[in-house]
Order: sequence, then structure tokens, then C-alpha cells
Amino acid sequence: MSLEPFLIIAAALFCIGIYGLITSRNAVRVLMSVELMLNAVNINLMAFSNYLDSASIRGQVFTIFVISIAAAEAAVGLAIVLSIYRSRDTVDMEQFNLLRW
Amino acid sequence: MINNIGLGEGSQTVSLVVLTAMLIASAMGVVLLQNIVYAAFLLGATFISVAGLYVLLNADFVAAAQVLIYVGAVNILILFAIMLVNKRQDYQDVKYGALRSVVTGVVCLGLFALLGVTVTSTNWAIAPSIAKLPSTMVVIGQHFFSDYLLPFELASVLLLVALIGAIVLARRELVPEPVQVGQAPSEDTLELLEKPKEQLVASK
Repeated sequence: MSLEPFLIIAAALFCIGIYGLITSRNAVRVLMSVELMLNAVNINLMAFSNYLDSASIRGQVFTIFVISIAAAEAAVGLAIVLSIYRSRDTVDMEQFNLLRW
Repeated sequence: MINNIGLGEGSQTVSLVVLTAMLIASAMGVVLLQNIVYAAFLLGATFISVAGLYVLLNADFVAAAQVLIYVGAVNILILFAIMLVNKRQDYQDVKYGALRSVVTGVVCLGLFALLGVTVTSTNWAIAPSIAKLPSTMVVIGQHFFSDYLLPFELASVLLLVALIGAIVLARRELVPEPVQVGQAPSEDTLELLEKPKEQLVASK
């Protein structure tokens, strides 16, 4: 087993995340796509940590930081979605233009 | 090359193929399925397959943390959010909706091809052998309390800030109830009275 399969898998997951981020209409699904992209980055970090730096596993430390930041991001993002839903009564991304113009 | 948990080369390859198939299929389901509840459960499957990949990469502690935090906390949070904003509505069509999806798909495939070419054509400086650590947990703990102490403490402050921020954002503003002495509680007292929300209409 080598490094490249993991990097290809991470790239595929990242591209799926980008596709969902751009095309989703539901705000909750956009947050789920962001989580997919963060997981792709984590796979990259872990692969490099194992194959390039296996003695002092710094990539795993970074992955734990990313996981904690992602948890905080999910909590705040869902709170924002909930608050927008209360005031606009929809979760459609196409109708969120409060800050657009 | 034998894995640190004792898997041989063949079983590692088989596990990698199975986990990759699970990961890509469930991630596609998250993005493409119409029903958002199915998408949320498939997101949990995605996180579990990623944890399996971490085990293949000799990272037992991070795999456990992934299952605990992502499957146990983030996924449950998303399911609760879906239940709270569960409104069945048909989205009205936007201009060039199908064209947008096609263009996005082409751009994503192009990005994937670019990343794939970069990955396969780069000459990675792979270490000749994978060091066998006694326990990844010990090494990670030593990093946290020596050279990564400041980011570690900052992460705790950030989690506290996010906690308070989420509460402030999601809190309802309740109308304080007038207290009346000597009156039997009516049916209405069991409800939480909410301030009438002002509806912000789309200005277009």
C-alpha cells in the first residue's frame, strides 16, 4: 500500500463536497457538504502523517485540531440556519439574500 | 508492508477497496439524495468509513475520536437541526438550474483530474519504513503539551466561544409571563410564549 490511493480518495471526497456545496438548495445539506470537505482534508493529513512523518505524527495532531474546529463550526452553522429559518421561514439557499444587496 | 495492527498486505488492500466503495457511495448519497434524512444517515456512514481509513493509516486514537465526535456529536446535531427545520417545501426553479448543475459537475471533475494528475506525477519523499510507535496516544499527548500547547489552549477557548455563540444565536426571545396570584393555571400557561417574529421578506 502506498500514499497515492489515499490522496486520490481524499481528492474525490473533496470534489463531491464542492459539488454539494454549490448545487444544494437546502442549507443543512450545505453544512453536510462542508463536513465532507473537512474530512477529505483530514484524510490527506493522516496519509502524509503516516507515510512521510511516521515517527513524530504531527499530521494526527493537526487532524485532531481540525476535528475540534469542525465540531464548533457545525454548532455555530446550525444555530445560524435555525435563526434564519425562524425569521425567513425557509431553508432555501436561493432566498437568503439578506447580506447580498 | 505489515500494518501496525497486524494486517497483511492483501487484507489491507481488500479493506481499502471496501472502505473506498463505502465512502464514495455514501458521499454521493449525501449530495444527491432528495430526502435530507437519508442524506444525514449516509453522512454517518461516510464518517465511519473515514474512521476505517484512519485505522488503515495506523491512527487508532484519531479513528476513535472521529467516531466519537463526528458520528456521535456532529451527525446527531445535524439530525436534530433537520428535525427542527423540517419543512416540506418544493423549491421554485431558478434560472438555468440544470445548466448550473452541469457546469458545477464539469468543474468538479476537472478539479479531480487536476488533483489526480498532481498526486500521481509528484515524486513523494516517502519514508523507507513506517516507524512502530508504542502508542499513538502517548506521542499525540506529548505534542499537545509541548510544541502544540498554544494551539491546544486556543482550541479550548474557541470551543467555549462557539458554545456561547451557538446559544446566543439559537435562543428564542421569550415574553415574560405576568404572574397572577390566586388564579388557577389555564391551559395556556403550559406553552412557551414567544415574541411575535417579524418576517423578513425577500426584497426582490
